Formats: sequence, C-alpha cells, structure tokens
Amino acid sequence: MDYFIQQLINGLSLGAIYGLIAIGYTMVYGIIGMINFAHGEVYMIGSFIALITFLVLGVVGITWVPLALLLMLVFAMLLTSVYGWTIERIAYRPLRNSPRLAPLISAIGMSIFLQNYVQLLQGARSKPLQPIVTGSLTFFDGQVTISYVRLATIVLTLALMVGFTQLIQRTSLGRAQRACEQDKTMAALLGVNVDRVISLTFVMGAALAAVAGMMVMLIYGVIDFYIGFLAGVKAFTAAVLGGIGSLPGAMLGGVIIGLIEAFWSGYVGSEWKDVATFTILVMVLIFRPTGLLGRPEIEKV
Amino acid sequence: MSALLSVQGVHTFYGSIEALKGVDVTINEGEIVTLIGANGAGKSTLLMTICGKPQAREGRIVFAGEDITRLATHDLVRRGIAQSPEGRRIFPRMTVMENLQMGAIAVDDSHFDQDLEEVFTLFPRLKERITQRAGTMSGGEQQMLAIGRALMSRPRLLLLDEPSLGLAPLVVKQIFQAITAINRTKKMTVFMVEQNAFHALKLAHRAYVMVNGRITMTGSGAELLANEEVRSAYLEGGH
Ligand SMILES: Nc1ncnc2c1ncn2[C@@H]1O[C@H](COP(=O)(O)OP(=O)(O)O)[C@@H](O)[C@H]1O
Ligand SMILES: [Mg+2]
Repeated sequence: MDYFIQQLINGLSLGAIYGLIAIGYTMVYGIIGMINFAHGEVYMIGSFIALITFLVLGVVGITWVPLALLLMLVFAMLLTSVYGWTIERIAYRPLRNSPRLAPLISAIGMSIFLQNYVQLLQGARSKPLQPIVTGSLTFFDGQVTISYVRLATIVLTLALMVGFTQLIQRTSLGRAQRACEQDKTMAALLGVNVDRVISLTFVMGAALAAVAGMMVMLIYGVIDFYIGFLAGVKAFTAAVLGGIGSLPGAMLGGVIIGLIEAFWSGYVGSEWKDVATFTILVMVLIFRPTGLLGRPEIEKV
Repeated sequence: MSALLSVQGVHTFYGSIEALKGVDVTINEGEIVTLIGANGAGKSTLLMTICGKPQAREGRIVFAGEDITRLATHDLVRRGIAQSPEGRRIFPRMTVMENLQMGAIAVDDSHFDQDLEEVFTLFPRLKERITQRAGTMSGGEQQMLAIGRALMSRPRLLLLDEPSLGLAPLVVKQIFQAITAINRTKKMTVFMVEQNAFHALKLAHRAYVMVNGRITMTGSGAELLANEEVRSAYLEGGH
C-alpha cells in the first residue's frame, strides 16, 4: 500500500509535467492543424533558461530560495515564450498556405536546429545541479516520502490549469482563440487578428512548457540538450490519448501516461517504461484515433 | 443621397480564375440593395472582396470616403462593415451567447447589454436558446444567430449572403421581416445577395443583376421585378 501511494505521487507529478507540455501540442494542433514537433525542444529550452537564471541569480547574490524560484519561473516563462513566438514566425507562418507536408518538415527541421543550437551554446554534456529545493513530507512511518518539489509540481500545475481553463473559457482572448479553431475566416470577418491569435497560442504553449522544463530540472537535478525528444514524444502521446485538440484531454492524457510510467517502473522495471508509452500511442491511433475526450464530428454546420 | 459604399471596376481572382471581371456597385446610406444572379455568378465573391478575402486585384473599394481596398479583413469591422456570410458560419461549438459575444469582439463593451437586448427583440428565439451550443440549432435559428452576431458589431453596412437559403417559407418570412425592421428602425444600410429573387426584389430599394462576374442590369426593385428578362431568368417557376 505504501509503495503504491509512493508510485501514485510520482506518477501524478510526472503526469503534471507531461500534461503541461501536451497543452502546447494540442492547442497548436487545434488552431493550425499541425503537430509542432519542435515543442519538445521548447520545453528543453525552458529548462535551460531556468537553470541559467538560477546561476545568474547566484552570481548577483540573490540566494533566498523562494525569490530565486519565483524569478526562475518568471524568466523561464517569459523567455521561452519569445522562443515559441519566434518559432512560429520563422518556421510556420511563411508556410501558412502551403501543402500540409511543408510545415511538418519545417517543424522537424526546427526541432533539430534547436537541439544543435543548445548543444553548441551549452555543450553536449548533461548539466547537473545541486538540489535547490530539499526536504519532503513523510507518511506511514517514513514508508512514503513526498518531496516538496513533487508536491509543488502538482500544486502549481493544478493552479495553472485552472487559471488557463478560465482564460480559454471566460475571456475574450479565449473566445477569439476558440473561434479561430473553428473558422478563421469568420473570426477575421468579426475583427479578430488571426495571426496574432496564432502567435499567442504558441506563446501560451511555450510558457506552460517552460514551467514543465523548470520543474523537471528541480526534480531530477540534471538536464541536457536532448531531454526534449523523449518528453516531447510522451507529451504528444498524452495529447493524442486525451484527444488532440482537447484541453482537458491533454491534461488527462498527461496524467494517465505519467501514472502508467510510474507504475510500470515501480512494479515491472524501468527498462520497458518508454515502450509502454509508445505501445499506448500505437493502440490509441489504431482503436480510438479521436482519443478519450476528442470530439466525434457530428454537429451540423 | 450619398454613397456609403462604392465598388469601382473590381476584378477578383482565385488563382488564375477571374471570378469578378470589372464590377461597379454603389450603395447609398440607408438603402436596402440586393444582388441577384445564378449560382456561380460571383455574388459571394463580391461580398467577400468587399471584406478583403480575397482582395481585389484591380479596382477600388471606397467605404465612407476611405479607400478600403487593401485593408486587412479584421480591420473592416471597426470601419463599420459586418457580414453574415454564405453558409452562416456560426461557431458550432460555442453557445449562442458566445457567438453573440464574438460579434461584439471588435467594439467597446459599453453598448453590449443594449445591443444584446435589441438582437433579442428582433429574434426572440435566440434568447430562449442563449446557453445552447449553436451547432445543434435548426438552420433558421442559425441564420438568426448569424445576422444577430453581425449586428452586435454595430455596423453601418450589413452584408447578407443568401439569408433565406434552405429555410422553410415561414422562417424566410421572419428573416425578411427582420431585415426590413433593421433597415427602418436602425437606419442601417443593407447589401443582400439572394437566390430568392422575388422576395428580395420586393424588399429592396434597388437591385443589381450579376452574370458571370459582371453586372448586367440595375434598377429599382420594382423595375427589375417587372423586367421580362429578369422574370424569365430568375423568377419563372418561383412564386
Ligand atoms: N475559394 C474558391 N476557389 C476557387 N474558385 C472559387 C472559390 N470560391 C468561388 N469560386 C469560383 O468563383 C466563381 C464565383 O463563385 P461565387 O462567388 O461563390 O458565386 P455565387 O455566390 O454567385 O454563387 C465560381 O465559378 C466559383 O466556382
Ligand atoms: Mg454564393
């Protein structure tokens, strides 16, 4: 039982991270109908920016941990957003009216470019970091430990998702975003600057991915230029599992993938955990391509 | 009377296909003007060209004294042009309320409640359906929503593309009554494309006939209703 709860907590925090990244895939797909294969790299860049911010803060003497964490979060979200915005501008917008294959290839190219860019600037070796946030809660006579970082990951993700859902459901920006998903020409006729909404979608996806990148760095204490690949594929799987285009689906898919991975590692062994994820991806694509919360297109238009 | 909209020698292309071949149309403030013509004549293309999607390759479009030919589509609604386009294009996965909010997205919210009440007075059905997802409504209700949504931007010029298409006669009557009411009480200028030539000509102050991307005839609604050519081409077998 203790062991089970331990894996559950691990799975939920991992799932929160996948969910945060998956939102970027699902929103971009929703609005321009393409998979942004460079999104895993955006997450990787977010985690590097958080790391660099931390090092810079150390140099300038800001060492009070809560303030340092807050500044890391803010800088990671802001600067990663700039990357997200730029990627759309450079790699996708010029191809807006091209055949579907063109932006796909451009996305893969952008993904490779960003990996090499970080590798060149930061080196290929992984970056270890002494733990910034230490300590944990223990339960069941020390049988279950929940580190503060994992707890913070879960809480922060919940807060972000609630806020983000409100933004999409209740604000006029959110309405414009959903309108563009459904009919860009009509949205433009009503006065929505569609290009701007698409840019903002990339910005929002990047900001959430940056949070994921920062939390991963804090949890595992080590990052490298290649972490975006596997995390990207898993978050993409989460988005497909939940139903690509669906926001709650991305969150749900992330949590399910996180749980499966944690329990697989805990009970079967960590060797095959990635295979488990990819098996799910293949199964979903075969048996339920619309995903768990994806919408079957039945409305009359 | 002063011209609110003037379309001057407009040519529009889809790739290499020339859909409008030099169109001139003038709409005066306060008028209802209708455009009739066979399927594929280029009527919808004209309404969309006025809204910059696609943009005219040649010619000029002047609205309220300003050359709007090269303006971006999303800037036109702020100038005072709203369109209820062909096929209605309501947002199916949004509620009726959200669709109406989208209509008002480009204008400041201080008039929102008042404008909403006016739309509900015009189409009481929409008020009953306020929380319903728009995609699940009937064709007539969707058409009311498309017009209501256009009105929420407080336009000076309302463009309507086949508002009666595919609707039951009773609903058609309601829609046309609403269009007349909008024109009379709100002094709104209306430019309307219609297949239902009989109704449209009866309603309109003036009318244009389009054939193959060109305007071939123009006159008052009554004149065109009486015209032999128009009768045999667009009204026979009708009412
Ligand atoms: N998006 C488009 N791409 C290419 N051709 C189009 C497009 N829309 C309309 N057309 C062509 O332009 C011509 C005029 O179409 P349209 O303006 O829709 O006519 P109408 O509204 O009078 O029925 C037709 O020949 C039609 O096939
Ligand atoms: Mg048409």
